[in-house]
Amino acid sequence: MATGIKDKVAILGMGCSKFGERWDMGAEELMVEAYLEALSDAGVETSQIQAAWFSTHIDEQSVGKGGTPLSVALRLPNISVTRVENFCASGSEAFRGAVYAVAAGACDIALALGVEKLKDTGYGGLPTGQPGTLLPQWGANGSAPGNFAQLASAYRAKHGVSKEDLKRSIAHVSVKSHANGAKNQKAHLQKPITEDMALNAPMIAEPLGLFDCCGVSDGAACAIVTTPEIARAMGKKDIITVKALQLALSNGLESTHNSWDGSYFHTARIAAKRAYDEAGIKRPREQVSMMEVHDCFSITELVTMEDLFISDEGRAVYDVMDGYYDADGKVPCQIDGGLKCFGHPIGASGLRMLYEMYLQLQGRAGARQLKNPKIGLTHNLGGSPSMNVCSVAIIGAHGA
Amino acid sequence: MTGHTVGITNFGAYLPRLRLQRKAMAVANAWFNPSIMGQGKGERTMANWDEDSVTMAVEASRDALPTDKDPIAARQHIGAVYFASTTMPFSDRQNAGILSSALNLPEHIHTADITGSQRSGLSAIIFALEKIAAGSTPSALVAAADRRSTRAGSTQEFQFGDGGAAFVVARENVAARFLGSHSISVDFIDHFRGAGEEYDYNWEERWIRDEGYSRIVPRAVKGLLEKTGVAASAIDHFILPCTFAKLDQQIAVKSGIDASKVRDNLSANVGECGTAHALLMLADALENAKPGQKILVAAFGQGCDAALFEVTAAIEKNRPQRGVKGFLARRKEETNYMKWLAFNGLVEMEKGMRAEKDNKTALSVTYRKRDMLFGLVGGKCEKCGTAQFPRTRICVNPNCGAVDEQKPFSFAELTGKILSWSADYLTYSQDPPQHYGMVTFEEGGRFLAEFTDVDIGAIDTGAEMRMVFRVKDFDEKRGFRRYFWKATPV
Repeated sequence: MATGIKDKVAILGMGCSKFGERWDMGAEELMVEAYLEALSDAGVETSQIQAAWFSTHIDEQSVGKGGTPLSVALRLPNISVTRVENFCASGSEAFRGAVYAVAAGACDIALALGVEKLKDTGYGGLPTGQPGTLLPQWGANGSAPGNFAQLASAYRAKHGVSKEDLKRSIAHVSVKSHANGAKNQKAHLQKPITEDMALNAPMIAEPLGLFDCCGVSDGAACAIVTTPEIARAMGKKDIITVKALQLALSNGLESTHNSWDGSYFHTARIAAKRAYDEAGIKRPREQVSMMEVHDCFSITELVTMEDLFISDEGRAVYDVMDGYYDADGKVPCQIDGGLKCFGHPIGASGLRMLYEMYLQLQGRAGARQLKNPKIGLTHNLGGSPSMNVCSVAIIGAHGA
Repeated sequence: MTGHTVGITNFGAYLPRLRLQRKAMAVANAWFNPSIMGQGKGERTMANWDEDSVTMAVEASRDALPTDKDPIAARQHIGAVYFASTTMPFSDRQNAGILSSALNLPEHIHTADITGSQRSGLSAIIFALEKIAAGSTPSALVAAADRRSTRAGSTQEFQFGDGGAAFVVARENVAARFLGSHSISVDFIDHFRGAGEEYDYNWEERWIRDEGYSRIVPRAVKGLLEKTGVAASAIDHFILPCTFAKLDQQIAVKSGIDASKVRDNLSANVGECGTAHALLMLADALENAKPGQKILVAAFGQGCDAALFEVTAAIEKNRPQRGVKGFLARRKEETNYMKWLAFNGLVEMEKGMRAEKDNKTALSVTYRKRDMLFGLVGGKCEKCGTAQFPRTRICVNPNCGAVDEQKPFSFAELTGKILSWSADYLTYSQDPPQHYGMVTFEEGGRFLAEFTDVDIGAIDTGAEMRMVFRVKDFDEKRGFRRYFWKATPV
């Protein structure tokens, strides 16, 4: 009988590069930037790392395939490096590999590092790719904003929300994230915006305007994990452990079967339930202290508040406008600026979310430090509403 | 000669929704050619960027064929497919084969492209009728469509239209009995388009009118009337595509046919649609014809084909769903001449780097998935009844999961509803914004589909959508184009 991951693995150290348009650096240098911070935070040497998981999504734009780019960049001592790719949830996937390796007893100290170098394409927005040989022959041509914008029309139809109310609510999602990002010196976008700016921005994909879309950034993030026992033996205090690590993938139901109404993430609800069970959380709205969710687009964050069972179904639109998820709200969300403002270097994003939760739990988040958070949740999503990978991870103080 | 028992059983038409206003064309070109202002009247049909002669032939054929929810079963009676056009998208890849696949027709039939002249459309019908009369096939589908390239500001740009027509010809239940045909074949070069050339080269209009039409067409008409033993005075409808004003009436009179019997050539609101035009005019005539009426149709081009039909009582129940009349009504005025230029490759727009995506097509995949990609065929689980697209080995129904139980099921003739949508300004589209969304079918099944022929701000969730066969992407590097089905408002 599986006993789950709760409290079996501790985060020994984390690092995160500055995110943004890093014209000065390639993926190789970004990896080193995040890694050195993690190494120093963990208080270990490269020679102590026994296995590594490496995540990057768009290999053709940055490092190419395989695990060697990480091994070479960090001059790892010929240990195993497993490259993982699972759309925008790749960073969480790398973390999962390292955590499971430690939990399995296969190694004492493991590394998870995610990187993405997106700003070498010559144009804005995410690079276009080739999704195999069959899908290009029938799949609708569209962009990430156009795919996620689908949620808005279905959500409005299901809950009877007016176009104006929804637009205002998603504008608030972005205004809140910009306010948070302004306090984060590693963030890609550090300027606050007003609701009017969000409402009147150029349209990207109806109803998403420019400020409803997250930044396309370069960056890397990194975690070094071990067992709580080893962490304690190394003299660590305030040990942060993994409480839950869940991943749910679409199996074609949303895109093929008429039981899904298009207004929510089928996978997120499944991953969230499993994660709460694994972490022993019964009342998420009261028990989760803070969250970093996959706000690739404002509408994604809005519906995710319901998928994670924090807002009741159909109520997120009002909870958002009431400030429930603001920095001074009941469950602060995207306290580091989120994908929206911290940025979204795809392969790194899942680890970046954990980085913020980790800093907050250790009281090291500086100007944006929340008061005494206990449980941090990360939600990392890849794909599109009708076909995706969803990760929900929960971390907190050891024993809490 | 009345021995024929073969004829037309069904017919259909297709006209693209956009109607380019000739005034807008004239205003845009008058600086270069002031005399063009005189042509600035009425409108012409304008194909959307994703339409070509094959897609228009598919639509015209659907108008002529049974549109049962199960087109695979309903169209088994078609024994051959002939496609006529001088603007086929492929020079060497049978275009009729694409048409046949898109219509879910059986694979054990004869298909062929008929091309090379403006009279190819009528030639194809005569050819098919004679094949049936000879007993080599019980029925055939004949479709013609054209989307001709013209230079900006040319007379042809004003005169031409884009469109298609289709006929089912057979030996039973005919709505218009074939009485006979007569042809004159003579290499009269009024215009030509050399192999690999984009545009026609035209000779002097007066010569074409006086030495071409006026001398050649009457010979074909006379020969036909003599052959069939029908008096000129017995003709109720005279059809002759011709861009010279009133020349059709002069030729009718010269042939002994009253000028009042000459059918409107749709020049005011459609334009001349190439090989399809005689067929479009025939479809238009049949839509309004009464049993017993005789229709003479002639088509000019390196000679002339002429054919005679007699309408039967079956016409009353064999008229098309939409027809010329229906498609004339499905209309959107277009006054943006720049859009016309862009859709027709007459101006090079700045497409941005996103358009650099390589659209190379894996042809072995295209073949393996041909019923899916061309016939919009998914699967229906025999165990739980769930329709699904695409067809897979394992049923998607979470309460079923049956293995290898899905039977082919086409979604092409089903009406869908919009579950979710967006208008995407980021994705490259030849007609931004790119509209797409999840389309669900009452019978089960759904997929994220591109939308076409939609207007900004005019769609929403719950809207009913019809599936149409269109160009999905062009591979300009290799001269290939992909087709797939898109959704358009019903």
